[in-house]
Amino acid sequence: MTNVLINAPKTARRGELIELKTLILHPMETGFRPGTNGGIIPRNIIQRFVATWNGTEIFSMDLSPAISANPFVSFFTVATESGRVAFRWSGDEGFLAEESVTIDVV
Amino acid sequence: MSNHHRPTIGRRRALVRAGGFGLAAILGAVAAREASATPESARDWLSALAKGEFKEGKVTIRAPEIAENGNAVPVTVSVDSEMTDGSYVKAIYVAADGNPNPGVAAFEFTPASGKAEVQLRIRMAQTQKVVAVAHMNDGSLFTASREVKVTIGGCGG
Repeated sequence: MTNVLINAPKTARRGELIELKTLILHPMETGFRPGTNGGIIPRNIIQRFVATWNGTEIFSMDLSPAISANPFVSFFTVATESGRVAFRWSGDEGFLAEESVTIDVV
Repeated sequence: MSNHHRPTIGRRRALVRAGGFGLAAILGAVAAREASATPESARDWLSALAKGEFKEGKVTIRAPEIAENGNAVPVTVSVDSEMTDGSYVKAIYVAADGNPNPGVAAFEFTPASGKAEVQLRIRMAQTQKVVAVAHMNDGSLFTASREVKVTIGGCGG
């Protein structure tokens, strides 16, 4: 199944700038490579990544075949309230992965 | 290319060499067709997302000068902004001018992002320029570019 790595602080002070790092296992097949049978391996990429904090979107990314396999992305956000930070990846061939972490804001 | 003035090279060898050059030329043409993005197409791709005039400044791209492996080149794009409700970065667009397609990624931010900085890993087919455009909330656009030399391309072809 989908394998996701998330690096986020467990607690943060209110108003603190925190870094969220995510990595998901995915081949990000470009659609340009020839396969063993001489045909082109069809494109299979993650198209969109969205991060939400208690349901409010805080960051999003549109991906392309130029993104490396196992997409890694790191971004920042200001810790406002305790809650759940959810990450959602969607892409070709009905790919969908969701993962979340809880962050306590004190 | 004529070999008439070089008597040491036999006819057969000359033919083999000519064949080799021909093959190299064909492979070169194929490679050039696959890597179809150009600085112009990269700019067009960026202009389609961010309409207006690009100004230099505010944007910083951090990337290795020489990337040994084009399959995963770490790139950091940051934009100098207060990230307050009055002045923040709405989006960052990243393009590369030597890949089959110019588009790399688009990011969206909010004032709650606190810092307009993003780190990602890019595939690069060959030595090329990474171009980033920052779309500010007032509609102004800032750009920066950085060349990355790629030793082994990451197209997997």
